[in-house]
Amino acid sequence: MHQFNRFLPLACAIALALLGPLLSPYVSDFIVKVMILSIFALSLELLVGMTGLVSLGHAAFYGIGAYATVLGSGAEGGSIAWLLPLAMGSAAAYALVVGALSLRTRGVYFIMVTLAFAQMAFFVFHDTKLGGGSDGIYMYVRPALGALDMENRSMQFYFVLAALVFTFGLLALIRRSRFGAALAGIRVNEQRMRAAGYPVYGYKLAAFVIAGALAGLAGFLLAARDGVVNPELLAWHNSGEVLLMIILGGLGHLRGAVIGAVAFTLLKELLSTHAVVGPLADHWQLTLGLSIIAFVALLPKGIIGIAARLSPRAAT
Amino acid sequence: MELGTFLVQCLNAVQYGLLLFLVASGLTLIFGIMGVINLAHGSFYMLGAYMAFALAPLFGDQFIVMLLAGVVLAAVFGYLLEWAFFSYLYQRDHLQQVLMTYGLILMFEEVRSILVGNDVHGVKAPPWLEGSFALGDLMSYPWYRLFASAACIVLAAALYFVVNRTRLGMMIRAGGSNRDMVRGLGIDIRKLYRIVFAAGVALAALAGMIAAPMSSVYPGMGASVLIVCFVVVVIGGIGSITGALVASLLVGFVDTFGKVLFAEVSGMGIYVLMAIVLIWRPEGLMGRRA
Repeated sequence: MHQFNRFLPLACAIALALLGPLLSPYVSDFIVKVMILSIFALSLELLVGMTGLVSLGHAAFYGIGAYATVLGSGAEGGSIAWLLPLAMGSAAAYALVVGALSLRTRGVYFIMVTLAFAQMAFFVFHDTKLGGGSDGIYMYVRPALGALDMENRSMQFYFVLAALVFTFGLLALIRRSRFGAALAGIRVNEQRMRAAGYPVYGYKLAAFVIAGALAGLAGFLLAARDGVVNPELLAWHNSGEVLLMIILGGLGHLRGAVIGAVAFTLLKELLSTHAVVGPLADHWQLTLGLSIIAFVALLPKGIIGIAARLSPRAAT
Repeated sequence: MELGTFLVQCLNAVQYGLLLFLVASGLTLIFGIMGVINLAHGSFYMLGAYMAFALAPLFGDQFIVMLLAGVVLAAVFGYLLEWAFFSYLYQRDHLQQVLMTYGLILMFEEVRSILVGNDVHGVKAPPWLEGSFALGDLMSYPWYRLFASAACIVLAAALYFVVNRTRLGMMIRAGGSNRDMVRGLGIDIRKLYRIVFAAGVALAALAGMIAAPMSSVYPGMGASVLIVCFVVVVIGGIGSITGALVASLLVGFVDTFGKVLFAEVSGMGIYVLMAIVLIWRPEGLMGRRA
């Protein structure tokens, strides 16, 4: 069972790669969206699940990555070779500032401070001419690098898939590294880690910056897919939703973040489809709110927790 | 800046700060005492503003009576909400509280949209508070804003008195620092929580009702006030009512003068203030060192 769980993510990635050309444009586009959200959720899992830092402002880094991509691309379109580092770098830079300040606090303070700084970033794009106000800005030509052109749908699909595999693999490596072990130690008992001589603040800041950069990667991919960005990307609803995704999937597992992103996107799609829920679809916020409360109340360990309850041995 | 303009802006800053204090004090009381991080607190402010929109035509110039009726309604709503929902949140960790109260916001927003739609509304000040108070040629200031400030000062004083000088306040402060001790002394902690929660909801709704004639009533107003309140709580220090008052006034001044002096980047002022406080005193101006 353990072996099976270990290879499941790889098997899924290979299946997606093989299925890619067979999918209808609608399904393929939907999968690309879910994969981008999975990267975004994975980046937050590094903070919440692995380090125990509940950030409620993660959408800021996602949005900054997306805005950097569009602002940097210009009228003739830009090269992936420097737009991608630009997106990840600007998200990481803001994460460095926010992390350095907010990590001086803990617990509920940290939640409030991250939310407040994300909202500040939101207003920077919302209120100034830089971000085109509440309408956002368009990208005329999608980023490309030689044959790797994001205008091409199947290129886009494989690029996003590769980014997801990269993010998943990177986080899996981090988990197994000494750095990951230190983060886990901080999550369980910060005092003890400090007493043992670990530079706890530095470790947490490093995790915060990496998570910010990966959220910036998700933002880059989103901008490349949609060709448009608006301030809503940074809005706190987005931070709440991505937090919900990792809880819904199951905190403490990388697979949980991906499962949560899939489940949440499907849930939102279902609740707003007339064919499924009838006239209630117009009030999907109401049903979504109810579902969130019910899920958190009934499934504190997420979807992975159900699997564990059904078959205890599969839980490892 | 001319002296008259300066005085008017000072009055605006104090008035905004005091209003924020009413909302933030409820947030900090509920967190300080029950340990619940309540993202839906901004929705109670929104509830108040929409109550003013709905009730103002019914009460006409009986504005004070309307405020009292609204406060009673909001307190009853808070009491029921605590009984039906929040009482289950105390045992849960912050992450779950964040998500469940986030779910609650979505529901409140949708119910609001079903009941009153998504238009932006204005609320009229009562007839006896129309017009402005003039101080020679120096300045003139709307009566309603003076009334709002006065009402907030009375409420802030009452809150200070209740928390620091009464038996209920003593229990509230004790409940904030040591829950088990309070329970051990034979105080019904469930009832205490329910009263504090209802009071927090009533304060936020009252602030919303008072604010309605000064600013428009619009969807999403709860979220914007909530985030400013978080800034206030972070600056003031969690659980400290005095800290919340000082921080609210600071935020009021920074925001008001930021808009006048640096219109382009005025939105950032309060966050810069928060950053400075975090560098200087991470636990907030009056917070206890964690």
